[in-house]
Amino acid sequence: MTGGNTGMRPVLIFALIGTVFMFGAPYVLQLFTIINLTTAIALAVLALSLALVWGFGGILCFGQVAFFGLGAYAYTMGAINFGGSTWAILVAILVSSAFAAILGYFVFFGRVSDVYLGVITLTVTLIFFSLIRRTSGPEFKIGIAQIGGFNGVTSPPLNLPWDTSSFLFPEQVFYVAMAALILCYVFCGWLMNTHFGRVCVGIRENELRAELLGYDSRLYKLGIFTISAGIAAIGGVLFCNGVGRITPDVFNLYNAALTIIWVIVGGRGTLIGPIAATFGLFYLTSALGGQSTLNNNLVLGVILIFFVLLVPKGVAPTITDWVARRRRPRKASRRARRTMRRDEGSNA
Amino acid sequence: MDLFVAVTFQLVYGIANLALISLGLAIIFGMMRVINLAHGEFLMLGGYTVVVATNAGVNIWVAMLILAPLVVGVIGVIVERVIIRWLYGRMVDTLLATWGLSLLLIGLVTSIFGASTATTISPPLGIIRIGDYSASGYELFLIGVTLVLFLAVFATLKLTKLGLVARGTMQNPEMSSALGVSTTKIYMITFGLGAAVTGLAGGLLAPVTGVLPTIGATYIAKAFITVISGGSAILAGTAAGSILLGGINGIFSFLTGPTLGEVALLVAAIILLRLMPRGITGRFFRKSL
Amino acid sequence: MKPARDKRPVIVETQNLAMHFGGVRAVDQVDFTLFDKELRCLIGPNGAGKSTFFKCLTGQLVPSAGKVIIRDGETTGFEPHEIASLGVGIKTQVPNVFDGLTVDENIWLSARRWHAAKRARAVVAETIERLQLGDIRREMVGRLAHGQRQWVELGMVVAAEPWLVLLDEPAAGMTHDETARTADLIKEINTQAALIVVEHDMQFIRMISKQVTVFHEGRVLMEDTMDAISKDKRAREVYLGNRA
Repeated sequence: MTGGNTGMRPVLIFALIGTVFMFGAPYVLQLFTIINLTTAIALAVLALSLALVWGFGGILCFGQVAFFGLGAYAYTMGAINFGGSTWAILVAILVSSAFAAILGYFVFFGRVSDVYLGVITLTVTLIFFSLIRRTSGPEFKIGIAQIGGFNGVTSPPLNLPWDTSSFLFPEQVFYVAMAALILCYVFCGWLMNTHFGRVCVGIRENELRAELLGYDSRLYKLGIFTISAGIAAIGGVLFCNGVGRITPDVFNLYNAALTIIWVIVGGRGTLIGPIAATFGLFYLTSALGGQSTLNNNLVLGVILIFFVLLVPKGVAPTITDWVARRRRPRKASRRARRTMRRDEGSNA
Repeated sequence: MDLFVAVTFQLVYGIANLALISLGLAIIFGMMRVINLAHGEFLMLGGYTVVVATNAGVNIWVAMLILAPLVVGVIGVIVERVIIRWLYGRMVDTLLATWGLSLLLIGLVTSIFGASTATTISPPLGIIRIGDYSASGYELFLIGVTLVLFLAVFATLKLTKLGLVARGTMQNPEMSSALGVSTTKIYMITFGLGAAVTGLAGGLLAPVTGVLPTIGATYIAKAFITVISGGSAILAGTAAGSILLGGINGIFSFLTGPTLGEVALLVAAIILLRLMPRGITGRFFRKSL
Repeated sequence: MKPARDKRPVIVETQNLAMHFGGVRAVDQVDFTLFDKELRCLIGPNGAGKSTFFKCLTGQLVPSAGKVIIRDGETTGFEPHEIASLGVGIKTQVPNVFDGLTVDENIWLSARRWHAAKRARAVVAETIERLQLGDIRREMVGRLAHGQRQWVELGMVVAAEPWLVLLDEPAAGMTHDETARTADLIKEINTQAALIVVEHDMQFIRMISKQVTVFHEGRVLMEDTMDAISKDKRAREVYLGNRA
């Protein structure tokens, strides 16, 4: 990752593959599949945001879905009130980031431990869940928008920035979603190659050492936490567009766990792994949803326990490790060089 | 005057309730510094044990006070042996594995009993009158049980050999291994005991709340905040956390309704952790149990 | 203020510094002075309080009482990053390095704290050259031997170009050769910066030291040259006697 590095190369390669997919998919796939894919892409943005804050920042956030859901709600409320989606997207990102910044101030400046951080972020999510479920009455509204309680609220679709009456078609929403995912991915890859990103990784590796070098770890953690909440909010905006509405269920324990599982399965310390895992598990759970013998919770629970016990690094790092070992079994120095390159590549 | 009695009773019941649902979690946290994310599901299993047993004709008191802790305690020991023991020293992974367990148990119970509410059982004991105010006898009973449970844990910590080691471990996690005590065995017993206490709580609350596979989620937010606000001392931490947060929750619920009560509880806990990152007993009463 | 017995300015001073853990007085009423460009060793038997004293200087512990003054400002209760940001280089007793990063990246993170990107790369190259880490610069630090990890940490200290360096047992776990090289490096650092070095290795101290402070039971027992201390009866009793 040091100066003049090749760290961005794998990121750009995956971004290119994504771009090809983005323009190719609508020609090959049916509209139904495309609409479904849009939802999966929204979830992949959420996975990416957690991969950033947990995999690179080392911050154990169990409530990433809170920022995602908050973004979706803020977008919906904003779009209803403004009568257009453009500013609502911005509001969604700002609301989520601001909330993360406030929460982050308390937890990082209090220097609470990992376990506490995970539990607090999860608790925040669960409280959003029960809070918004109780807002069914007509008195609960923001501007002219009803919050809608446990039934949720219909999200206005995206429109062209210059024309609030031209709503986007599902294929167009797919393009927007895919472009957003690619941009967020490249942004995260770039961020992890900046001074800021490397300090974050340093703090993950050894917080005391980073402090002894003169970096205020609290500020860096707060920074990456806030940024990742903004990215999660983008995911939320795409999600409520893909589904057409947003309900408090977005904040439930199952979804919080699902986010964690994507990153565990994909691997901590990579960006592409969790994105790939999201698509994989999205299709697995969709397939399981169609039958009734195996419960989704049961399957996800088994997957999570299996990975924690047997593949703790996740799929992507395990594959790269395995490839690296096979290619250069004996030549130690070369292997070391590969490992180095692999670690640069792990920004992918 | 009657209103005062009524409000005070509700406040005390709220605090006792918080303490009851948190104690099992606090036992595991105090000893192992791990938050059991399947805590809610242990409560849920306690509830199902009672429902299934009473439907099979078992006396409700036997089902609540004996079967629920026994069944969930045994499940706790099995879980520790099969999953948790491979992860000692890996705090975050332990946390994640218990989360996996939480999903697994929800899925398992849903597959067996279905996703909707199982047959409800009505709370035993009738109404007790305090002047013009009538209180639920069962709520009074729950307050009593919570107190007895605290005394029992206190006695275990003070009087038994296990308690001695437990106290050592709470003060200094490395100490028990320095004493030559098998930490593995201690952890197994701790996890079992924590699960049993949780099962008892879940069983006792089943008549009040009914049972659902996903009912755990309604408890855990409160239990988590209580335990981390309290800090790692099992009894003092749970008591301090419950009194403070239960008090705040009660007052806000009384003034503004239950929705904001829970939010106030969370906000209070977050501000508290900014001031005392290791909880109340991390700052005060450090030598307490 | 004590009268300066030296014309050089005082850059580290503690007044009545104390650190109590429960009833244990790990450090008690320590008045300590370090002059600019001075190299001072802190010695003492285990539990004498030298490492606790060190942690009070680096901000890893907040003293129970007393003051720490670095250069012109009081730093009592500063966070470690605030102390480091004054231009103080710190190496802890247990090597604190970024295990999952390469040697290059470790040193880069230190250099980049103070310099713009281009200059930082040059400083990394210089440091790697100076510490002879070229062969392992692309290795993961987590896979290196203990002595090498110590050197990587020293590299991070050097790359920050500090004016004050605090080292806790820099030669621990090193081979004889490595120890000698470390001594040379410390002398070289001393041409640019003042140092406080906590050590128990007597031979190592003889290689580098001029002035030595002996800690005993949380207090300063005496302060003198190594020769004088070796001859002193009290010092031999508390420390050297145990070792000989």
